Order: sequence, then C-alpha cells, then structure tokens
Amino acid sequence: MQEALRFRPADAEAVDQPEFVKQARLLRRDADALLRGLSLTIRGLRKSFGDNEVLRGIDLHIPAGQSVAIVGRSGCGKSTLLRLIAGLETITAGTISFGEETRAEDVRVMFQEPRLLPWARVLSNVEVGLGRERTSPDAQARADSALVEVGLDDKRAQWPAVLSGGQKQRVALARALVSRPRVLAFDEPLGALDALTRISMQRLLERVWQDQGFTAILVTHDVSEAVALADRVLVIEDGRIAHDIDVNIPRPRRRGSAELAALEGSILKNLLQGTEDTSDL
Amino acid sequence: MSLIESLPRVRRLRLPRADGLIPWIVPLAIILLWQVACVTGFVSARVLPAPSDVALAGWKLLLSGELVRNIWVSFWRASVGFLIGGSIGFTFGLANGLSQLSSKLTDTTLQMVRNIPHLALIPLVILWFGIDESAKLFLVALGVFFPIYLNTLHGIRTVDPQLIEMGRIYGMTDGELFRRVIFPGALPSIFVGLRFALGIMWLTLIVAETIAASSGVGYMAMQAREFMLIDVVVLSILIYALLGKLADSASRALERLTLSWHPAFQKH
Repeated sequence: MQEALRFRPADAEAVDQPEFVKQARLLRRDADALLRGLSLTIRGLRKSFGDNEVLRGIDLHIPAGQSVAIVGRSGCGKSTLLRLIAGLETITAGTISFGEETRAEDVRVMFQEPRLLPWARVLSNVEVGLGRERTSPDAQARADSALVEVGLDDKRAQWPAVLSGGQKQRVALARALVSRPRVLAFDEPLGALDALTRISMQRLLERVWQDQGFTAILVTHDVSEAVALADRVLVIEDGRIAHDIDVNIPRPRRRGSAELAALEGSILKNLLQGTEDTSDL
Repeated sequence: MSLIESLPRVRRLRLPRADGLIPWIVPLAIILLWQVACVTGFVSARVLPAPSDVALAGWKLLLSGELVRNIWVSFWRASVGFLIGGSIGFTFGLANGLSQLSSKLTDTTLQMVRNIPHLALIPLVILWFGIDESAKLFLVALGVFFPIYLNTLHGIRTVDPQLIEMGRIYGMTDGELFRRVIFPGALPSIFVGLRFALGIMWLTLIVAETIAASSGVGYMAMQAREFMLIDVVVLSILIYALLGKLADSASRALERLTLSWHPAFQKH
C-alpha cells in the first residue's frame, strides 16, 4: 500500500508537504494555549420525523478532545445524530450538553459537499467561517492563516469553480477551522473524493485535529477511514448505539497495517450481522 | 497531456483580429446584396429602396434634427418604462421569493394578469390615457414587469438550500444571507429576465408608437408611410434593430461584469 502510494497520479493532491506544515505551526504558536476541545454529553436522545423514529435513545459521553467516528448503514440515523449535535435539527426528546458554555463559533460542521459560495473568492469563502467576527479587522489575516493550514494559500484569489473536488473540500475545512472551533463535526466529508485524494485528506484531518485539539465527530460509511482516524468508533444500528469500540492503536497509524485491518474486519462483521443476505454487500 | 495543453493556444493564435468581425460578415453581405439588387433594378425602388437611399434619408433627417429628436423620445420612453416596470417586477419578485405571506397574497393575481397579452390593452389604455406619454410608459412598464418578476422569483426560489443552510450555520443575519447568498445566487436568473424584458420593451414601444403617438421612431415610420417615403420607413426599422442590439449588448456586458465567478463567463 505504502509502496503503491509513491506513484501518485498528478491529480491526486499531496497535502502533506512539509513546508506549509512548518509555516502553519509557526503561525499557530501565538494562538491562545487554552484552546481545546469541549466534552459532550448526550442523554436519552430521541429524534422522530413524523411517525418515523430515527434515533431511539442515545446515551453518550465524549471527553474533550477525543476523536469519535460514527459508522452504520445508510439510514441508521448517524447523520441525524451529527446534525442534532451541530444544532441543525430540533431534538424530539433528551438532552445534548457541552462541558462549558459555548459560543456559536465553537461548534462547526463540515459536509460531504463543500458548500462554497461560487460567487466569492476562496479567501472570502474562508472569511464566512468567522461568523460574527467576520467584520473584525484581522478577519483577512485569520482567513489567510487558515488557508495556509490546509495548504491552499496560493489559491486565495481564485473562484471556487476552478478548484478540484479535493481543493474545494480543503477550502471548506479552512472555513470550518478559521473560527477555532472546539467541536468539529464531519458529515462524510471525504465521501465524494477519489481514493488517493481521500487518503491525503485523511492525513490532513488527522494533523489539524492533533494540532488544534478540538473534539472531532466524524460520520462515515467507510470503516477503514473510521479506524484510521478515530480514538473510538461507535456503531449505530436502528437508532441506537450498538457497539462502542476503543481504537488503541498508536499514532501515526500505518494504513494497511495488520492491526487496523483486523479491527476493521471485526467492525464490519458486527455491521453485517443481522443482514440475512450479505451477497450484495 | 502536452497536446491538450497546447490546444487553446492554437485556437487563440488563429485569426486574432478577425474574431470580432465574424458576426458582422452576414449583415454586411446582406446589405451588399440588397444594394446590388436595387441598383440593377432587380428590386423596384417602390418596394425596397437601396441601402444608399436609406442612408441618404437618414442623413437628411439627421441634419434637420428630426432623427435625433425621435430617437431620443423613443429611447426615453423605453428606459423610463423599463425602469418603472422593471423595478416593480423586481420588488414583487423579491418579496414573493422571500416571504410566504406575500407570495400567497399576490402570486395568483399576478399569474392571472400575466395571461392577458398586454398589447390587447391598447384600446383601453388609449381610452384611459389618450395618446399621451403615460400611455406608452404604462404599456412598456406592464410588458417589462412579468419577465423580470417571474425570473427574479424563480432565481430566489432556486438558490441552493444547502448554501442557505451553510449561511445560517455560520451565523449570517437575514440581511447578510440575502446580500451574500440569496441575491448572488438569483442573479443569473434575474439576467435572463432582464434580457427577455429588453426584447419586450422594444416590441411594446414599436406597437404603441405606431398606433398612438405624435413623436418617436414608430411615429416617424407611420408619418413616412402616409407620404410614401419608403426609405424613411426602412430607416426606422433599421434604427429599431440597432437600438435592440445596443440594449442586448449592454445587458451582456453587465452580465459579464457581475457574473465573472460563473464558469460560463470565465475566460480560459
């Protein structure tokens, strides 16, 4: 796997170039040290759309700074859980509480689609992420440093239409990061990318998570992505947490290693249980 | 890879200055053929005067000041009528696109009125306003109203809801959301309405001026018909063509300026 990766085609985007990583770390040094993740507690959470009960009682505690992956079959309610955490849907019953008082800028979401404004240049798109601080005098500088963080500072004056799918998603990541959120929720952020761009994006996500220490909640249908990135994997089935698995594999994790593969295999087995016919999976 | 990269360059190198002239080849050829047909007597001057005669008639009218005055009057009517009808249509389009209540209250009524051809109102308009300026302005404004209204409404309703959700998540106020997401998203559709409206604007004005007016290009054409001045009739028609082309070019330029983000308007 590692061998094969050396022969990356030209359109796979390398985002792990050491120059801008160093640059980004320098820029971050003066950022306040108390920036860290928020813990999250969910009790008896239920959500129905009409007669359809999507979440049927979720109880969950996520410690500050943990990275949690939520996997499950489509329609199991994993995206709904994420949207509830991000405040995009109203709760039917139960509570979601953060460890401390939160500002609106503390919780950010990144979607499968980049959702960039096509009529705004890359830099203004990132500035959108500042929320109410958009008009502050250092807005542009902050947006610039967020772009440096994702390695796209040379694209700041471009229209989104000229960027590739992976680059658009990196701009969306910069927009989510620019307000220094303490909880970052990802809704299948890499679902629409090709395999090689995905892998470099996963490395980028892991790096910014390690650097910034936010609490990360990642919804994905890709179990290998979940075990590569997360400290903990939650498997959701029929609106409930069916399995809660700690991933105690030290970082940096090697893609394709036997440990990851074994864990991935056991989670997949769990997921596939209960399906009568697995021949089409 | 290298072949693909070199393709656009090859295209740009070919006839660099002729590109702007190509659209004019056909109109110029038609005029030339027309001139030849008239000079050789193939077409009688009573049916169609030669382009040179039309130009001569134009020159005479220009010297007398009549041409400029009539063009100015028509231009004024067109733009004032357009501004009135366009701004009312735009306002209703915005209101009905943004507010459910406003839409419920007025959309059905407007859709009913839309199905009446506005030119069918000419007899009524003459009875109401006489052949005054207000009659022409009313008709132009009414004609322009609907394309602007419908396309503004459509543009606002079809703004990507994911972008609106994104704007809300990032704490945009209603004003910001409108300014940064909804309006720019609706702009391509608004421009479609604008160009439709410009076409309708000239059409309405021509009809209104030939039926009920005492000045303007259409009036000039009708007067000329009374005196059998066929060259002036043809001249008037050509002036309408040029004014229409001018309005269209202006709206295209505005489109290129404001929609430079749009992939369809990006230069490669």
